[in-house]
Amino acid sequence: MSSSGSLSLPTNRVDGHQTAGSSRRYAQPTDRWVQLLLLLICGGLVIFLLFPVAVILLKSVQDKDGAFVGLQQFTTYFASKSLRSSILHTLFVATAVTLLVIPAAFMFAYGLMRSCMPGKAVFRTIALIPILAPSLLAGISLVQWFGNQGILKEWLGGISIYGPLGIILSEFYGVFPHALMILLTALSLVDGRLYEVASSLGTSRWRRFITITLPGAKYGLISAALVVFTYTFNDFGVPKVIGGNFNVLAIDVYQLAIGQQDFNKSAVVSLLLLTPALFAFAIDLRIRSKLKAHMSVRAQTFVPKKRLLFDTVMFVYCSVIAIYLLAVLGMAIYSSFIKLWPYNLTMSLDHYKYGLVEGGILEAYFNSLKMATMVAIGGVATVFIAAYITEKTKGSESLRSLIRLLAVLPMGVPGLVLGLGYIFFFNHPQNPLNMLYHTMSILVISTIVHYYTSSHLTAVTALKSIDNEFEAVSASLKVPLYKTFFRVTVPVCLPAILDIARYFFVNAMTTVSAVVFLYSPDTNLAAVAILDLEEAGDVGPAAAMASLIVLTSVLVCLLYALLTRVLLKRTQAWRH
Amino acid sequence: MEPRADYLVLKDISKSFGHFNALNNINLNIKEGEFVCFLGPSGCGKTTLLRIIAGLETQNQGQIIQHGKDISYVKPVKRDYGIVFQSYALFPNLSIAENIAYGLVNRRQSSSTIKARVAELLQLAGLPDSGDKYPGQLSGGQQQRIALARALAMSPGLLLLDEPLSALDALERVRLRTEIRQLQQRLGVTTIMVTHDQEEALTMADRIVVMNHGVVEQIGTPEQIYLQPCSPFVASFVGKVNVLSGSALGAGRFRIGIMEFDCPAWLDKFSDGESVKVYLRPEDIILHRDQADVTSGTTKPRGTIAKMEFLGAYCHVLIQVDGADMPLVTAAIPFNVVHEHELKAGAKVILDVLPAKARIFSAKSGSDAVEKEAA
Repeated sequence: MSSSGSLSLPTNRVDGHQTAGSSRRYAQPTDRWVQLLLLLICGGLVIFLLFPVAVILLKSVQDKDGAFVGLQQFTTYFASKSLRSSILHTLFVATAVTLLVIPAAFMFAYGLMRSCMPGKAVFRTIALIPILAPSLLAGISLVQWFGNQGILKEWLGGISIYGPLGIILSEFYGVFPHALMILLTALSLVDGRLYEVASSLGTSRWRRFITITLPGAKYGLISAALVVFTYTFNDFGVPKVIGGNFNVLAIDVYQLAIGQQDFNKSAVVSLLLLTPALFAFAIDLRIRSKLKAHMSVRAQTFVPKKRLLFDTVMFVYCSVIAIYLLAVLGMAIYSSFIKLWPYNLTMSLDHYKYGLVEGGILEAYFNSLKMATMVAIGGVATVFIAAYITEKTKGSESLRSLIRLLAVLPMGVPGLVLGLGYIFFFNHPQNPLNMLYHTMSILVISTIVHYYTSSHLTAVTALKSIDNEFEAVSASLKVPLYKTFFRVTVPVCLPAILDIARYFFVNAMTTVSAVVFLYSPDTNLAAVAILDLEEAGDVGPAAAMASLIVLTSVLVCLLYALLTRVLLKRTQAWRH
Repeated sequence: MEPRADYLVLKDISKSFGHFNALNNINLNIKEGEFVCFLGPSGCGKTTLLRIIAGLETQNQGQIIQHGKDISYVKPVKRDYGIVFQSYALFPNLSIAENIAYGLVNRRQSSSTIKARVAELLQLAGLPDSGDKYPGQLSGGQQQRIALARALAMSPGLLLLDEPLSALDALERVRLRTEIRQLQQRLGVTTIMVTHDQEEALTMADRIVVMNHGVVEQIGTPEQIYLQPCSPFVASFVGKVNVLSGSALGAGRFRIGIMEFDCPAWLDKFSDGESVKVYLRPEDIILHRDQADVTSGTTKPRGTIAKMEFLGAYCHVLIQVDGADMPLVTAAIPFNVVHEHELKAGAKVILDVLPAKARIFSAKSGSDAVEKEAA
């Protein structure tokens, strides 16, 4: 191309070439410590996520002595009829729960978003509370309602609550809020103006629902279905408490590993859990990015109009669901305060006093508090700094893409699989990190890794919403990166940081799946203790512990709400 | 103007992202105190070049010399420049005064010195009373003035402006355009501005660097760029232009349709009979009312006015030329002339051109030109 007319083009091209060649090795002006941090983050994710999961793959093709046996473990596994039936059982339960929860949660969300019924805030709160409880709580509670001594036992017409029915009803409780949150978001993204246009064209309500609402919520529905399916497919606590003899894969993994000490076979079953989870997760990730594309269009919120019949129907429906959810939670709390269900209904604090305090089990609760606090603080620091370094600095692009990939992977790895991988990897005598095994640290680390993905995505979204040039501006003003990070980025992202901390805390309080393999007598946790108490028949103390966990989570959420409100008030001069 | 020293020298800068060549062998000298605009369509590499000068991107090859010092691989923090972005990039949680003082505080100057400097810069930005406000409380134009003040706080040797006016509304844009230019001239700071808006570049710059597909098409003063575009791309990207197919007749004579004219300036560029593209600005076309009783020379093409576009002080007159298979020709006619000659749609006219103003390129190179509507 010509560049004539230029008045001052340098002609000394040879000089330019020489310099270009000799200075190629400085090609990335990244700060050393940025590169170091990137390496550290990547190394952490590889050691605490990738290696443990990879070891499971390895174990599944080895025999007890570590010799390579190919697919032999798989063939012996599939030869066992009871284990084979677990696959069908798990699929059946997960499918049933998905088919029940999705329409139910969608209608609930529809009522909240599109009707003028009274008490929407109350309904929403009631529906979201199950997130704050360990999944075992529903199991305990349903046994009290419908179990051998349950007052409503006759309602089931002779079908036992111990088995698929109990599992499905319990999972419904636990997973309902997860589906609801996704569907509420999906419905809120449907542009209100579309309805105005449709009405102006004389479109009927039903046709508007079919042509606007459903397509608009499509990705939300698929995403929610995948979440519900994987959640149920992988859940361990509920089938353990209420499953009876109805074996599912998660129970098999646990029993093979802990009961029979057959680690190789449990690795095989783990893979059966891992594969669909990873698959569903990959689809979900794609769908979420599509959902986000929808979001970038500025939707105008739909404002519902009063319609007496519709509002009434919705109110009745939401009440029914709310009563069920309250009945489950209420029974657990109630059970913790009465002497002996159903024979002695005197109110007392015995289960707390004798069952927990004097039984020495309250220690587990304090362990959980300690762990949840460490997970919240350690998790938020790790996640936010890692997200910041990967999103806002430059150079080492391949390392960066690896971190991004590893950061979203945990969502596709069931907790049980992660926990089992940790046993294999960290309990190995030759692993220099062996000293971590059976410590509080390993519980904290595994929980942070287990809940990494959502937190990471929240952090990335928050970071992406602030101006991309802050780092460039601070460099031009000769201010080092870390100063701008603490002075600007952290204050601006504080709402997201608090949100991540709360998420970590609540999940650390309620989780059983990964930690059930990793706790030691000294580091027993509250949610795991419920499992043991229930197994020993101490339903009262188990309910008491579950209630304590719910109470703690509720308090933390209230604290979060308060902090956020104070924060927003103090910073409202610049936040909009 | 006496010759000044080169403040910034770019030698052979190239940059690629994967297989995409963003910049190819860019060479450029910028004098001290000069205001240079990088002008080009989106994706032409102008922003990448600015970011390379700032050290925010690293060139694959080439050398940058600022004030006699090789800064090719110096970290951004160690370079001497202030930068303003399209998005303002003001820290939302810091007050206006804190934003301006952001770099000063880091230099550990006394608080009274900083205070005085901030007051001075607020004055410079024309917002002396806004120090305690937050960025969100100011309008876009005000925020950009503050961003400019912040960039100038450390008295940098080089000011980089990355599309600073693109996010503003039309009135603010024109106002700030003048302000930035005046400020730059007052402070004498060497400035580079990236823009895709030719009007901005023409009104503000000492020199314009027109870029396309990662190469420099032309470097020159606004007058040179507009009046003597050296490539079909520049001719059609900057300003409105008629592109007419013609042929070279030799000895500096050219023909378009039935019209022949002399263009001695382009004498040696083409072989006889070569087909060419003639680039003519709308204001270089003259119209006469074609009245039946006036017999024009046979070499003057006739046409019919297809459409009139009223643009205030002048009109764009779109003409369908008789007997020629060519697109509508646009002529820019002062409004009083339109009035005087009673030009309106359907009127018959005779066209004349100012051949000295025509830019002529080989028909082959013309294929690269972009279709550009005048803003």
